[in-house]
Order: sequence, then structure tokens, then C-alpha cells
Amino acid sequence: MENNYSKVQLTWLVILRVFIAWNFLFEGMVKVLNPNWTAKSYLLDSQGPFSSFFINMAGNVELMRYVDFFNEWGLTLVGLGLFIGCFTRLACIGGMILLFLYTMSHPSFIGVTYMMPFEGTYFLIDKNLVEFAGLGILFVFPSARVIGIDRWLIRVLPEGFRKFVI
Amino acid sequence: MASDNNKNTDKASKTSRRDVIKTLATVPLLGAVAYGLIKTRKTAFLNRDISDVFQISNKDAVFLKPVPNGKQIRLGIIGFGIRGKQLMRALGFAEPSYIDTLVKAKEDNPDDTRLDVFLEQDNLNVVVNGVCDIFTPYSEAARITGSNINKEGTDGSFGPSPKVYRNYKEMLAADDIDAVVIAAPDHWHGTMTIDAARAGKHVYCEKPMTWTVPETYLVRQAIRESGIVFQLGHQGRQTACYQKAEEIIRNGLLGHVNLIEVCTNRNSPNGAWVYDIIEGANPQTIDWKQFEGDPERISEYLDYMKSFGLEKYVGPDEREKFSLERFFRWRCWWDYSTGLSGDLLTHEYDAANQIMHLGIPDSATSSGGIYFFKDGRTVPDVLQTTFEWPSKNMAMLYSATLASSRNRGKVFMGHDASMEISNILQITADRNSDRYAEKIEQGIIPTDKPFFTYVPGQSKVDAVTSATELYFAQRGLLYTYVDGKTYDTTHLHMREWLECIRQNQTPSCNIDEAFQEAMTAHMGTRAYLEGRTMYWDRDKEEISRG
Repeated sequence: MENNYSKVQLTWLVILRVFIAWNFLFEGMVKVLNPNWTAKSYLLDSQGPFSSFFINMAGNVELMRYVDFFNEWGLTLVGLGLFIGCFTRLACIGGMILLFLYTMSHPSFIGVTYMMPFEGTYFLIDKNLVEFAGLGILFVFPSARVIGIDRWLIRVLPEGFRKFVI
Repeated sequence: MASDNNKNTDKASKTSRRDVIKTLATVPLLGAVAYGLIKTRKTAFLNRDISDVFQISNKDAVFLKPVPNGKQIRLGIIGFGIRGKQLMRALGFAEPSYIDTLVKAKEDNPDDTRLDVFLEQDNLNVVVNGVCDIFTPYSEAARITGSNINKEGTDGSFGPSPKVYRNYKEMLAADDIDAVVIAAPDHWHGTMTIDAARAGKHVYCEKPMTWTVPETYLVRQAIRESGIVFQLGHQGRQTACYQKAEEIIRNGLLGHVNLIEVCTNRNSPNGAWVYDIIEGANPQTIDWKQFEGDPERISEYLDYMKSFGLEKYVGPDEREKFSLERFFRWRCWWDYSTGLSGDLLTHEYDAANQIMHLGIPDSATSSGGIYFFKDGRTVPDVLQTTFEWPSKNMAMLYSATLASSRNRGKVFMGHDASMEISNILQITADRNSDRYAEKIEQGIIPTDKPFFTYVPGQSKVDAVTSATELYFAQRGLLYTYVDGKTYDTTHLHMREWLECIRQNQTPSCNIDEAFQEAMTAHMGTRAYLEGRTMYWDRDKEEISRG
């Protein structure tokens, strides 16, 4: 099932996918491999209109176990999925959800400073949101059905599952 | 045909090979990610277990717990100036106008939690039966505050008013007072404590314990003889970090501590004791005779000053002369004050004494002067005092200025590591340490930044501090908790005193600790005034000169 992307279009779509995947996978694996990692401090540093939601979340020890697990493995699986082009659309949605949550917790407002400052100055649009848009593009211009495991999955999966792929 | 078939098979295998390549095209790149992970893991996830050289418990600070259904304690308050008001708030009684201010502050800024913290403060089960101040507006304010049992603003409903006394001695004679809180000026602390002890009242006295050296012995004697529960107002005793610091010293984790550096840095008229002169203050509303002080104390003070040729520090005004400046800004004159030594050095010394059980130093040397506030004061605004403990092979340097707010921390320097304490505690390994040499060599313990941070309320002690925690601690985003609740240390310090009365125990800043505090401060003061080193004669328990 080929498509009508030109070679150069396809190349850049795959490059975009691998770059974002790389980012997610590395972030995720670093957290998975570090037994002491927790999102607590990041959440405590939340700002903006939803900060109390995230700060309360950080204060709930039981909930934080799930938050940490979801975050670590979410990042890793989204990264892996995008990387090898497996269930790519599902990965795009997952990644967008994570990025959306990060943005809600750490919005780029003027005059707001964070514990882990981005290496630049932003207003509303930060690198997370650029990546968010990138995942949107990857969702509507799927490349993995040409370059990626999805190429094989769409042939073998039953109809119902294919919508996660294509 | 045969060749056609071959061609087709070739094509099919080419297609399937291309298919496989396309399907797995990006997979080999995972190797590069894995390489990065392995490298990261090597540096970031070293085995950071340092428990073999750094033994520390996970215990959080311990505070004396109130007994349920303890008896109500009936209090008398002596002095309702700046500190008196703060102590009353710590006891749960705020001026209605103060509540108004907090309510307004919360309306303006929902993040301002001072009102909530005050309202949620534990009920200490006390009643204020008497208040005493020699300035009428203050005694009236104290009366209203003592009746503000529902913690309400000016439009609130109040309880019964405490009795107002003009002279503290009348209050000490009252039967409906069990204990007194002394927040009068320094030159009254000792006398009032002695009188209260003799009257059988328990005492919470603001620091410093005494103004003159001779009264220091009398206070100790009076408290020992009466058996009352005495607490000196060094609320730093309740700082969770200090308990952890004591454990760290006890476990020898800093190596031999040879120098402690402590400081005071303030940079405002208020910080330099130039307090507001309150409207309505005049010879009719101020009992100047009482303000002058106890005659016995004054003669002790003058005797000392005269015998050592220190008349230039006395006055310059006549003691009998009414002065609003001297009344409200009494800390600026030796006639009433103990200067930087008594007011601020004592906090630093008491913290060091709590952490290291130093006792009175063998010697004290001071220098300084009035270098900024040329307002007629006699006490210095810049002061350096060095205390030595040759028997412990260590020294403590106190360095203060009232005209620069550059903070220099409270640092304990040991051969193996140094420890800096504020509301958090941080330990930085020394690059020439023996204890940590191996871990430093292995890159596990850094020497350019703290490797251990203790943040009260976080029972989990991380072996190696992350930059994140450090950042949080520095920004004050993590609060001091006791069982998950934010507390004011002064409240805890008064709670401890009240609980010791109920449970017949000894408070943390008891008379022995207070005696050491007072003598140490006096040594520093005398060294400054006389311009020579003061020594402590342990056998005779007296200050001597070399």
C-alpha cells in the first residue's frame, strides 16, 4: 500500500517522526532506568491557571505512583512507537496528550519562571507545543505505512485495528 | 517462460526485500539511542550508595507532643511591643486589626496563606488572665488581644478581657496566673524572671536572658530554687534542620569541625532597631520610672561601666530624662540594650550550642563600631566576635552588620565536609577530605556543590541531592512540616514550654542552656566594650581577663 508522497516529502516526514521519537524515547528510558525519578518536583513547580490541579496531584502519594508510571512508560512507548513506526497514530495521540499536559502545567507566560528553564525565551508557544504540532502533522500525514512496522501491520491486522495504524 | 518465471521470482524477492527494508528502516537507529542511554547511565546512574561513609537516619524532627486533655494554663503577658505581639499570635491571640490586615491581604492575593496558617494553628489551651505594659496604648491593645479568643477582626465578638496591670509585680501576685511571658526590654529580663520564679510562676522569657553579668547567676539560682519551668525564647530550637544537624555532627559526618561561621545581615532602619515612635506616646502614657529599670540592676551596670573606664558608653542622656527615642528604640543604647551580642548573636550561638553542645567558650574577642547608623546610638552596628574552645580544638566567628543584607549563612566547617544551615541543610564534601576521598575519586560525591540536602518534612533522604531538590529548597517551595502541617517555630517553642509545664518536663532552652547563652553574649559584649579578650574560668564560673 504505497502512497503518493514524493521521495523528498516522505524523507522529511520520516526525519520529523524519528526526531520526535528520539526525544520521547530518550526522555522515557532515562526515567525508567532511574529508580528515584518522580514527576513530583516538576508538578510542584506548576504555574498558570491549572497549577493547583497539578500541585494537588503531586501531594497525593498514591496517585503519584500512577502518574510516574504513566509518564515514564508513556514517554517510552510513544517514543518507541514513533521510532519504529508501530501503531504510529496511537503514538501520536499519546504523545499529544502528554505534551498537552506538560503545557498546562508549565505554560509559557510572560514573567513566569520555572525550575528547569528552557534555553530560550518564549511566549505561549514553547518547544513542547512545536512538538505537539509536529505530532499533529505526523497524524494526518502518516509515513509509517511506507517506512515503518505499520507497513506490515496494516496487512496483517484486522480492519478494526487498522485505524490505529493509518 | 522459464526465464519469465525467474524474472518474476526475482522481482517478488526484490519487492519483499525492499518491503522488509522499508518496514525496518528506522530500527537500526535505535542503536544510537541505546548508545546514548548507556553513556547517560554510566554518568548519571552510578551506584550512588554512600551509606558506608555517610550514615544518617530517615527520622524527621521530633517535637514534644501535647497531652490530650491537659490542664488549661492561665497566662500573664509582660510587654506588648513588637515581640510581645508576635508571641501573643504564636499563642493564638492576635490583635483584631492584625486579623483585618490578613483578611485584606488574602482578598488581594489568594496565595497569601498567613491567615489560614494562623487560623489553623493548634489551640494551646491557654487563657490570658493578665496583661502588663508601661505604655497605655500597648496595654490596651494587649487587653483586646487577650480577649480575642475567637481569632476575629475588629467587628468580631470577644471573650472576657484580661486584667490590665501597670506594674508586673502586681500581676505576679495574682492567683489567677500560672505562667508569664516576658517580652519587656533586655534590661528587665533578668529581674522579671527572678521575681516571677520567686512568685512561683513559670516563665517564658525573650532572649537574651540577662542584661548584666551579676544577675545571670541570680536568675539561675532563682529558677533552680523555685523549680518553675523556664524557657528562653530562642525559637530556633524548634527548627527541624537543627535536629538533623545535631545527628550529622554526632555521626562525625563532617569530620573534625574546627570553625563555625555565623552572621547577621540586615539593611533597614527597622532591622537596625530604629523602630517607629508610636502616636500618643508622652510622659502621661508612658511610665518612665518603670522603664528606667530595676535600681539594683542599674547599679550593677554602672558599677561595671565605671570600674573599667567605660563611661563613654553610658547615656549619653540622663537616665531620668524622658525620651521617646530611647523608649521605642531602646536597643540602640547600652543603658537598656545588650546590642548585637544579646539581640542577634545569641540566636546564632544558641543554634550552634544546640547542634554541637559547645557550652561557654574559653575566650571571646570582639571588634566593631558604629559605622553606618550615626544616630546617637552607643551600641555598634558592625560587630565581629570570635569565640574559642581550645579544649574542643575549634572556634566560632560571628560577624554582623546592620547595613548590608548580604547573607553569608551559618556554616560548620569540618575536615571532611562543611554544613550550611538555614531552613534547609546542605552538606558539601571537602576536596581534601579523607572520609569521602574514595567516593570523590569515583565521581560519586561532587565537591563543587552540596551532595546532601535535608529538607524538613521530606522523610526520604536522598543519598545524592538532585539539582531539582536544591532549587526547590532554595526557592522555599518546600515548607517546614510537622506531621504534614506548616508551623511557626515560635508557636512550637511556646507549645513546648506549655507542655513541659503540663508534663513536668524540661524545655529545650532551659536555664542551663540559657545561662550559657547569657554568659557567652556577655563575654562578647565585654570584649567589645573593654577592647580585650575575655576568658571563662570554668572552675569559678566567672568571666576573667587575661
